Amino acid sequence: MTALANPAATTTATAARPARRRRLRWQRAVSPIAILILWEALSRGGVLPSDKLPAPSTVLRTGWRLTADGTLAAHLAESLTRAAAGLLIGGVAALVLGATAGLLRLGDDAIDPPVQMARMLPHLALVPLLIIWVGIGESMKITLVALGAFFPLYFNVYAGIRDIDERLVEAARTCGLGTWARLRHVILPGALPSLFLGLRLAIGAAWLSLVVGEQTNTQNGIGFLMMEAREFSQTDVVVVGLFVYAALGLLSDLLLRASERKALQWRRGLRAK
Amino acid sequence: MAARTPGEVTAVVRATGVRRAFGPTVVLDGADLAIAPGEVVALLGGSGSGKSTLLRILAGLDPDATGTVTVPREHAVVFQEHRLMPWKRVADNVGLGITGRDAPGRIATALAEVGLADRARAWPAELSGGQSQRVAFARALVREPRVLLLDEPFGALDALTRLRMQDLFGRLRDRHGFAALLVTHDVEEALLLADRALVLEGGRIADEVTVDLDRPRDPDQPGFGPLRRRLLDRLGVPLGRSFE
Repeated sequence: MTALANPAATTTATAARPARRRRLRWQRAVSPIAILILWEALSRGGVLPSDKLPAPSTVLRTGWRLTADGTLAAHLAESLTRAAAGLLIGGVAALVLGATAGLLRLGDDAIDPPVQMARMLPHLALVPLLIIWVGIGESMKITLVALGAFFPLYFNVYAGIRDIDERLVEAARTCGLGTWARLRHVILPGALPSLFLGLRLAIGAAWLSLVVGEQTNTQNGIGFLMMEAREFSQTDVVVVGLFVYAALGLLSDLLLRASERKALQWRRGLRAK
Repeated sequence: MAARTPGEVTAVVRATGVRRAFGPTVVLDGADLAIAPGEVVALLGGSGSGKSTLLRILAGLDPDATGTVTVPREHAVVFQEHRLMPWKRVADNVGLGITGRDAPGRIATALAEVGLADRARAWPAELSGGQSQRVAFARALVREPRVLLLDEPFGALDALTRLRMQDLFGRLRDRHGFAALLVTHDVEEALLLADRALVLEGGRIADEVTVDLDRPRDPDQPGFGPLRRRLLDRLGVPLGRSFE
């Protein structure tokens, strides 16, 4: 009954919204632009020394130069490969373990307690230990990303499965659906909203882990680009690196949100009309 | 319709000595029940009398019950709540677990029968309570059940929608000839729809009333009142007092 009442309430709200929303969006662009202009003015006026923080125009020019000569693309590819490998390993582990713990009582007893305990360790603090275990090479970075991605995804997969309405599972059973069919038609779609939430958090954690990982003994990647630039006091390159990290986070979030909108169309059933 | 007495050899549903306890509370204490092919049986009882528990046992949803239960494979359940998958469109909800080339045709027919042919592409969240329950009926019908198990299927609907749904149920039953067990707390509903009404009390079937009224039925028709009185009296008896 609540599921019916909620969308109805949102439709009445959206009817009045569009005009106000457009104005709000426009208003929200004002202060960031003002900050950029102020930053540029302060740099040109010599208030901000360029070795501490270069002007936005300088950063833009440096970014363009690094893009044009292919440096940025090469380092970006390295960083993306690390992120993808770590996400894949951590993500698959989280899906398998989270689903096992969520679906089977035995799995819950065996898997959940150690994971809950391990969660208390801040995974970025594991760097010294990881260096001892897997060395300072590529595997350390990938392990760090995988660890960062694992926990948020695991908890959301677990909670998503646990929160599924038992009555729907029963209804599916009375429709003659066996275990696999119930997994496909009830459990998976029912856990999907949580899964998407977990994935978004996991990607955020993966970028963060990548930033930390790439600052130790790296020969390539965005983090290396920034650390190297710091040694030569190329502040503009450091700032470009920061913006690349930010853009990566933003872009991955946008992509995920778009696929979420598509996959969870049923939640917006009323609004779509 | 042919056979109305429990214990008939041709019974399509049969339960013998069904027991179920939740901790120290014994809810069903050796309940017996038989439904003939095409017969609609109403199961009445106060709240907590175990009537929904008995239906769940017949539906195969309660592995902890004891006793003997025979229910054909071709059975379907309609619950008090529609229990549609919110992530499936109406047609896909109806067709849940239905395979084969003729599936789309069967789904369309079932939806047309409940008057929702034009809502096949809708999401459950876009439907009203009555429409959702009609989809739940279509989901049951598309399986061509020999037995329908109904757990207060009209209980969550408003009075007007309930009347329409009871009417729809009567028509569907005439067309398909399924047998049904209708769990309800509404004596009038039982008398309007059922061929026989059972009263569950103290964990057993305590009373049985054959509803021999002409169809279409109406609460004002002769014979309705006395049956209603009798059932209400039966349900109003405080536990422990005996009529025997």
